[in-house]
Amino acid sequence: MALNTYDNLNDMQMDVLREIGNIGSGNAASSLASMLTSPVNISVPKVSILDYSEVVDQLGGPETMIVGLLLALDGDVNGMIMFLLHQNFAHMTLNALLGEDIKSFEDIDEMGYSALQEVANIMAASYINAISTMTELSINISVPAMSIDMLGAILSVPSIHYANISDKIIFIEDEFTGQDLHAPSHILLIPDVDSLGKIMTNLGIEI
Amino acid sequence: MSNLITVGISDLNIAQAPDVLVTYALGSCVGICLYDGVTKTAGLSHIMLPSSSLNPNGGQEHRFADTAIVALVKKLEIAGANPRRLKAKIAGGAQMFPALNNSAIANIGKRNIDAVREALGKLSIPIVADDTGKDYGRTLFFSAEDGSMRIKSASRGEWVW
Repeated sequence: MALNTYDNLNDMQMDVLREIGNIGSGNAASSLASMLTSPVNISVPKVSILDYSEVVDQLGGPETMIVGLLLALDGDVNGMIMFLLHQNFAHMTLNALLGEDIKSFEDIDEMGYSALQEVANIMAASYINAISTMTELSINISVPAMSIDMLGAILSVPSIHYANISDKIIFIEDEFTGQDLHAPSHILLIPDVDSLGKIMTNLGIEI
Repeated sequence: MSNLITVGISDLNIAQAPDVLVTYALGSCVGICLYDGVTKTAGLSHIMLPSSSLNPNGGQEHRFADTAIVALVKKLEIAGANPRRLKAKIAGGAQMFPALNNSAIANIGKRNIDAVREALGKLSIPIVADDTGKDYGRTLFFSAEDGSMRIKSASRGEWVW
């Protein structure tokens, strides 16, 4: 059976996505640790296939304020990757990188903005490198675009862009722990369906 | 006391005075408010995509600008509103990531706004307030009492149309 939506992935295919999530998250955690020059621990990431509405519920509702970073993928794999960073995460990173004390999103200045963008850039690259190495597919990522706004508004972008393909996405939940902060971060990995098929095939999974 | 009636994504609903319709966190989606000031009947639709022709499987008429607006007018008419008296207020269709250099993703909000204007034009419903585009999310409250549309943004405060 051809892979034409995310709705009917089998257990084997889900395991592959989980493994990609694990390896990507591990890579991202080590890049983060080297940027912050302090140890960053990461819990085993949870990978699930969810509806957009479930993502909104899990992250606290449509009006939850969040940092969204969107990167486009092209090359052998097309699609997008989106990071959703909570205030704690922004706090932890900016504190460590710039020595700034961020109490609310309004405290993030231009410098903080670029710093967060850079962090997302490096983490996305680590993720994508992991997938690229495992699958021997070449994947390019765009410069990240950032928006600090309501979760529902930010998620409308991937959900509209992929509405005709699927209402579901690959949702990776990471919990980064550094010194005395727990910082949850969420990654939405949205390969086009053709590309998802390519990833599976290259990993020797039947589709 | 007025009730607050929530309209989800790809959904629509109507209300009578003094109730208020609300839809949360419009990004590139568009909220369409229709109002008959005589019967004080209000309708709100939260569309996600411009045209039902994009839907290979059919159905889901509340998701698309063209079919959702027609469905909303029908629902208002059944509730006693006169379609010839309807006036529209629209909001949303933002470009959430203006820095992204990808025209397919960058234009989703604009395509929705254009489709909403076209669908309202076909039904000869005048647009009396238009708070669309820009680069931020909006929560929309639409009052059946007076037909006012209140927009709440995350970091730019709130205002009334």
